[in-house]
Amino acid sequence: MNKALHQVGEYVMLMGKCISIPNRWSMFFKQLIKEIYKLGVDSLWIVVIISIFIGTVIAIQISLNISSPLIPKFTIGYTTREIILLEFSSSIMSLILAGKVGSNIASEIGTMRVTEQIDAMEIMGVNSANFLILPKMVGMMIFIPVLVIFSMFTGILGGIAASHSTGTGMTPASFEYGLQFYFNEFYIWYSIIKSVVYAFIISSIAAYFGYNVKGGALEVGKASTNAVVMSSIMILLADVILTNLMLT
Amino acid sequence: MIEVKHITKSFEGRTVLNDISAVFETGKTNLIIGRSGSGKTVLIKNIIGLMHPDKGAVLYDGRDLTSMEKQELNMLRREMGMLFQGSALFDSMTVLENVMFPLDMFSNDTHKERLKRAQFCLDRVNLSEAGHLYPSEISGGMMKRAAIARAIALNPKYLFCDEPNSGLDPKTSLIIDDLIHDITAEYKMTTIINTHDMNSVMNIGENIIFIKEGVKEWQGNSKEVITSQNKALNDFIFASDLFRKVKEVEEEELKTAPVR
Repeated sequence: MNKALHQVGEYVMLMGKCISIPNRWSMFFKQLIKEIYKLGVDSLWIVVIISIFIGTVIAIQISLNISSPLIPKFTIGYTTREIILLEFSSSIMSLILAGKVGSNIASEIGTMRVTEQIDAMEIMGVNSANFLILPKMVGMMIFIPVLVIFSMFTGILGGIAASHSTGTGMTPASFEYGLQFYFNEFYIWYSIIKSVVYAFIISSIAAYFGYNVKGGALEVGKASTNAVVMSSIMILLADVILTNLMLT
Repeated sequence: MIEVKHITKSFEGRTVLNDISAVFETGKTNLIIGRSGSGKTVLIKNIIGLMHPDKGAVLYDGRDLTSMEKQELNMLRREMGMLFQGSALFDSMTVLENVMFPLDMFSNDTHKERLKRAQFCLDRVNLSEAGHLYPSEISGGMMKRAAIARAIALNPKYLFCDEPNSGLDPKTSLIIDDLIHDITAEYKMTTIINTHDMNSVMNIGENIIFIKEGVKEWQGNSKEVITSQNKALNDFIFASDLFRKVKEVEEEELKTAPVR
């Protein structure tokens, strides 16, 4: 319990040090663009691939599980859309990104810590937390919603592709009707808002574990694993809280 | 000039530094020597403010680092340059970008002027051709020289070197030693070097502080090392046969030299 409280205190203090006005805006924007590219744009391919396949599988599985003639076929498209918009593209995709991006952040900052690169910055009088972490956090909060939109789009495309295949009992027309049926625009905003919160969770928790590494390469690996585990738990917790706040 | 006064530092009840006082003079290469685990690194970290002493003061030309506000400490740090044991160059930046980094962060010069200064620093350490390379693409000696160039980019008043020769061959070690010595004299810096390299002690030891188990055991220069009767110092410095023979020859020469 004491250790947990100590870690929460350290995390809050790190965020306090990190969220401040950058020393040089030009350097901040340079770092921000680098981080958006490295953490965001480089994750685009995995988001697109996973979303297409999961969208396809969701549509096929729903189709195979709806055998009752009383349930109209457009329900397949409708359900696929709801799953993708409400949960998959934001929460599940963020869990996947916590693994890819979170471990990247924790290991990068952790390596900088054990090789004294962070100490070198501190000696120069640079606020290392602000210089290293803030661009990652802002970059993620800008670009993860973009990835989520890509995920929604490609996930639904995957579903459409499934509707064109034979043997699933779907027709493209009924699937497309289902996609448009009882569409609530707020669900997209709900998903985007959730993803901004998740982006903060992933980047800040991973940065915390990386920044506080003590030891060598082994500890950097452990920090990376802990960062992924902790940010995944916090994403699920935030999912429950945000869903309660925004949808009920 | 840097002065440490009665520095004491403990970790979980274990005293690592015990009442250390010393003066590090300007324009000289000041060496802190001692066995591994003697407290050298803890002392240097206390001097630069990466650790806070339990007791005592660290005075930079009369300004006490231990009682400074964060803002004041940041200003002081802009007067410091540091060469780390592992060089601590930023992996994601080229050598030139590494040297530019402190200038980009703190200098108000134009980009052209900053670039000129970074090129000058690289020239000074004979690395002008390696500016476009990444740290992973250069040798250990080149990394140390690049780190020296970065450390002097902002014209610091104080230069700190933690084990500058660690992992280097003897010839490259001499080059690094001479470079640090020359830069110290050229820019009239207060340089503190943390080392256990005996070649450095003999080559550039203008003011040497020997620490044993967290206590200052001896202070003097490279000439006084030879004639010192301090047993702990002799056991440490002259541990190898080669250095014992050097000591015997030097002492013999001193005895036979005509008295003036």
